[in-house]
Amino acid sequence: MTPRTLFDKLWDAHQVKAETESTPGVLYIDLHMVHEVTSPQAFDELRARGLKVRRPDRTLATLDHSTPTLPPDADGKRPYYTQEAEAQVARLEANVREFGIDLMGWDSPQRGIVHVAGPEVGATQPGMTIVCGDSHTATHGAFGALAFGIGTTEVGHVLATQCLLQRKPKSFAIHVDGALQPGVTAKDLILHIIGTIGIGGGTGHVLEYTGEAIRAMSMEERMTVCNMSIEAGARAGLIAPDDTTFAWLEGRERVPKGAAWERAVAHWRTLPTDEGATYDREVRIDASSIQPSVTYGTHPGMVVPIHAPVPAAADAVEQRALDYMKVTAGKPIAGEAVDVVFIGSCTNGRLSDLRAAAGILRGRRVAGGVRMLVVPGSEQVRRDAEREGLHEIFRAAGAEWREPGCSMCIAMNGDLAQPGQLVVATSNRNFEGRQGKGARTVLASPLVAAASAVAGRVTDPREYMNQEAAA
Amino acid sequence: MSSTSRPLAYVHSRTAVLRNENIDTDRIIPARFLTTTERTGLGKHCFEDWRYAADGSDDPAFPLNQPQARGCSILVAGRNFGCGSSREHAPWALLDYGIRAVISSEIADIFRGNALKNGLVAIVISEAEHRWLLDNPGVELRIDIAEGTIRLPDGGVVRFDLDAFSRHCLLNGVDQLGFLLQQQADIAAYEQRTEEAA
Ligand code: SF4
Repeated sequence: MTPRTLFDKLWDAHQVKAETESTPGVLYIDLHMVHEVTSPQAFDELRARGLKVRRPDRTLATLDHSTPTLPPDADGKRPYYTQEAEAQVARLEANVREFGIDLMGWDSPQRGIVHVAGPEVGATQPGMTIVCGDSHTATHGAFGALAFGIGTTEVGHVLATQCLLQRKPKSFAIHVDGALQPGVTAKDLILHIIGTIGIGGGTGHVLEYTGEAIRAMSMEERMTVCNMSIEAGARAGLIAPDDTTFAWLEGRERVPKGAAWERAVAHWRTLPTDEGATYDREVRIDASSIQPSVTYGTHPGMVVPIHAPVPAAADAVEQRALDYMKVTAGKPIAGEAVDVVFIGSCTNGRLSDLRAAAGILRGRRVAGGVRMLVVPGSEQVRRDAEREGLHEIFRAAGAEWREPGCSMCIAMNGDLAQPGQLVVATSNRNFEGRQGKGARTVLASPLVAAASAVAGRVTDPREYMNQEAAA
Repeated sequence: MSSTSRPLAYVHSRTAVLRNENIDTDRIIPARFLTTTERTGLGKHCFEDWRYAADGSDDPAFPLNQPQARGCSILVAGRNFGCGSSREHAPWALLDYGIRAVISSEIADIFRGNALKNGLVAIVISEAEHRWLLDNPGVELRIDIAEGTIRLPDGGVVRFDLDAFSRHCLLNGVDQLGFLLQQQADIAAYEQRTEEAA
């Protein structure tokens, strides 16, 4: 048999009908995650046509985008930003009841950002196809699942038929050799990759991240990498499953148990790319050369090592981005004054991210005039963090410890920055106005974000980490 | 409202031009308007943070506010249009604003798929042809979906690729969900085959 890539195997295994010249293929979807923002119109479509959800058992919903991150008041009323936001959440609650879908809702200890909570409950498994009306669905590719974002019309397609009409994208291997230096994280790696291939570099492709540096990563780090595949224009990012994957998944609520688990693992071991298989495109990245990296412009491809000078604008549009960000070509981002620090999101809102940030904040204070929000990615992350006392470290440092949700990543729940404020954020998009109209976003790792909160300026975390090593 | 779009064979209009590259979905429709549960009514917020001045009036500096751009239903935009999120609110907002076709040298995958499913014609052309359109705003174009051509005022013709199925769906207003529902027997057979094996 011809050698196949991981992507080929996932694709082939889910063909209900192969594509032809005149029609796309019919691709079967194993898991459909749903949230309140991109689903109401899809459920309406089902109702209008008198359709049911074909596989409620393969559908899992959560509340995350429009939800407040401040606790309910004494009467149990949640502080929604707008009535529309509250109505949107109520709509999903009503839809899941009507169509018989599981919801990790307000009363669930599993509620969280869709791409944090799905893996945590073991719904995300190697070999699956996973979709959600959300472009960061690529996160689940860290498990060796083909996972991608879809629009609301397609949400309706999957609800009604468990299938999508798809043509096969091309494949693109990103080999990451060597090892990351101390203080350099998975976030710095993916920012560096996006800077290297460009924000349209992955368009039409599914990325597969391979190589020594990827194999050495924990699942949480792998999720951070796959999460931002869309920022390079790719719909999906993949990492082959291995013992790290299986160890992370074993025992989680929704994974198979006993003999079924053994069978599943045996199957998952057949998924990695065969020797001799070829990709449509390949690049090699040297992990050891990467520095803590930050964005300086208004898209995630405008990224530089923290101490490197901001490059000169290539054209008027880039100049406009520099003007919007109030940064100067030739000067590094390190040292820029910071107003807000946001730690959270499906990119960096997991326990290891909070631990990394807390490691810098322990025994230190957030600089005067800086507002710092720490928002766990899920209820599970919140519980684990509180069990370790991380929330006490954040609070003692002067940061706000919030309830789980997307929060300031998308700023639709009222957690937002003011015009002109500079936000160092661990999230994934620095588009103009993403974190509030006129807000200026610098994307960074949790280490950089925490160090910047303490210094009140964009700061290399190794300055604090070296002090610790010396002490 | 159903997602099925009306049959569409031609788009005939002068062009409005947004030269910026990488116009992302947050630009097209900022996240704070995503709390809607409808598909319609987003046009007034399309490019919200770009088109209004601080006092809420139209900002004359925004290219689509200029008199010659008014009423244009073809948008020519810089490379990598529609990057960012999967929100279908982006094509809904453009359609509600009056745009029926977007032309660029590169259009983000998810946006393109969403657009075509809603009858917003998303067209990718070569860089040289794209550059000419960027440099010549306000030209009268006639997009012929069946032929896959854009006719210029001087009689010149630019060809574009559209996959056969998207073309068929646009021309006939095909309901893709209806098409998928016809595959139910195959879907059931697939489920039986794979779930027994597991
Ligand atoms: S955290 Fe941000 S990127 Fe992730 S799902 Fe929420 S809004 Fe989207």
